Amino acid sequence: MNKYDLEIKHAPDEGGHFGKFGGRFAAETLMQPLKEIEDAFFAAWADPEFHKERLDLLKNYVGRATPLYHAKQLTAEAGGAQIYLKREDLNHTGAHKINNTIGQALLARRMGKKKVIAETGAGQHGVATATVAAMFNMQCDIYMGREDIRRQAPNVFRMKLLGANVVPVDCGTATLKDAVNEALRVWVASCEDTYYIFGTAAGPHPFPLMVRQFHTVIGQEAREQCLAQAGKLPDVAVACVGGGSNAMGLLHPLQDDKSIRLVAVEAGGHGLDSGEHAASLAKGQPGIIHGSLSYVLADKEGQISANAHSISAGLDYPGVGPELAYMMDEGRLELDSATDDEALQAFQTLTKTEGIIPALESSHALAAGIRIAAGMDKEQVVLINLSGRGDKDLNTVMDKFGFDVDGSL
Amino acid sequence: MSNLLASVFERCAAENRAALVGYLTAGDPNIQTSELLILTLAEQVDIIEIGMPFSDPAADGPVIQAASERALQAGTKIHDVFTIAKKVREVKPDIGIVLMGYANVPYSIGFASFAEQAKESGVDGVLLVDVPAEESDICAAVFKQHDLSQIMLLAPTSTEQRIQLAANVGSGFIYYVSLAGITGAEMGAVQEIQDKLSLIRKYSKLPICVGFGVKTPEQAKSVAAFADGVVVGSHFVSHITLNTGDNAAMNGCLSASVKLMADAMGKG
Repeated sequence: MNKYDLEIKHAPDEGGHFGKFGGRFAAETLMQPLKEIEDAFFAAWADPEFHKERLDLLKNYVGRATPLYHAKQLTAEAGGAQIYLKREDLNHTGAHKINNTIGQALLARRMGKKKVIAETGAGQHGVATATVAAMFNMQCDIYMGREDIRRQAPNVFRMKLLGANVVPVDCGTATLKDAVNEALRVWVASCEDTYYIFGTAAGPHPFPLMVRQFHTVIGQEAREQCLAQAGKLPDVAVACVGGGSNAMGLLHPLQDDKSIRLVAVEAGGHGLDSGEHAASLAKGQPGIIHGSLSYVLADKEGQISANAHSISAGLDYPGVGPELAYMMDEGRLELDSATDDEALQAFQTLTKTEGIIPALESSHALAAGIRIAAGMDKEQVVLINLSGRGDKDLNTVMDKFGFDVDGSL
Repeated sequence: MSNLLASVFERCAAENRAALVGYLTAGDPNIQTSELLILTLAEQVDIIEIGMPFSDPAADGPVIQAASERALQAGTKIHDVFTIAKKVREVKPDIGIVLMGYANVPYSIGFASFAEQAKESGVDGVLLVDVPAEESDICAAVFKQHDLSQIMLLAPTSTEQRIQLAANVGSGFIYYVSLAGITGAEMGAVQEIQDKLSLIRKYSKLPICVGFGVKTPEQAKSVAAFADGVVVGSHFVSHITLNTGDNAAMNGCLSASVKLMADAMGKG
């Protein structure tokens, strides 16, 4: 891809509101640091030098543009529309997350910060942060729920190899939401010299806007590639949603193509009626967590659900980015979901038909995408964001399938 | 603004001392014991801050986080918070009662219903940690309608512009956070706090209470020399943790601790 569109489209209002959602519901101590990040972001975004360096790193360090792959075997398996996979799994570090960490680390450096912190769930954002911190020679602390550390041991090891300090978080449910809380607490006390690289298109303004902008390369490339390869725009674009970074990255640049159905796939966990899922948009209620107003999984008195569940640590989050909430309420976003079992099924299907092992997060998008494609004509196109590769999930899947080296799967 | 909060500060000023503001989380360690402890605290403070437990207290340090977790574990609901406030009001008609917590609880039950119940329970003001001036529209009108003061936080990182914003929105008093950090951390340097208060007073006539990190009577005394009020939270909560399972000891230690603070601040 030669030229990315750098215009900021569908911007929130000055306070970071997308309709009634978003905003900056943060403690007073953080308001000025957030304003400083916002000002630095807009200044950087208007500076051609910033993009020159960012896009050069995305090309030569990350490996962009990522391919768009026409998955013919998977298409045959689904038996309907042509399935195209946006191969974010081929990025350096194995997921889309690095698009954002490159951007924010450059911003941190421009702001003169010597240290970065981040939260992580599956560990992908933690790895992507630790990676850029190593490259930029910045001190790096990653906050991670103890439960997630257990589930994602290989990524913990990767972060440590990269020189990051992985701090276990024990409070609350010891998962992603608690890692965010802890990172916020640490940041409050250290914002003078520390930059918080927020990992998803949620949180207080300007994070939802900024993270989305850094990921729009995904959708911009995919749109152009789809036109070139399929000879038309996709009929449906599908992405999994935890906080919403890969979803906003893919879907935002397609938003103005009104013919394209935009589908957000949430984690159905043990089923949408089981109470154990992470489908904030489908089953949540408007609420305020981690600095913005969006949909949350909470009880009627606003206590955030401790039962949020997904087999994929990256989707196991009781909130969702405010812009997705807005798009849903405006009718521009279709909701779908995939259960743990459906995601595991799709994980195997892609592996066996295409020789690509997807992340469990992306497997949710695949499960829904395959289902949707099956009901469509073969002249139609379904674009699925393959947001990450599955190496990090092998332990989880091994546990699930009861792998025995002497037996067969 | 609630006239009662104003009269509390007037009374303290007349006695030439700062107001003692004490915090405990409602429902910690359980609803029944919490009621006892909060009534004990209410006996000796000028303003009581009752914490509304929340699952994700991102601005709180380990002590108050744990208090929130214990309270929720014990099944504390917002109704229990109101009940405790009401009991305080019955025995202490003259002290200020402030509810402190995070936006999602009142937002979820509805600000109108929340404000109505708070007022009925004798509450004078509400402090929502994650509702800064920019977002205060979400509840300002409803609070005003129910004569509830909207207490705003200011912090070492607050610029002059932000001080003006908070001064325009806030009522009751201003809660100045002594340090850039979470509750229960080490108190900021006294001179810096004093300088910031002078700056705030340029823009606001509201009384200013200083909190976050005040743990010893000496600290309380040093801050009371120039602030209108001193908030003690985590230190009081720590008596619950230190005396787990022994309600009498908990209550005794809390009472003695509040008295030490009150004495240091010249409260007769």
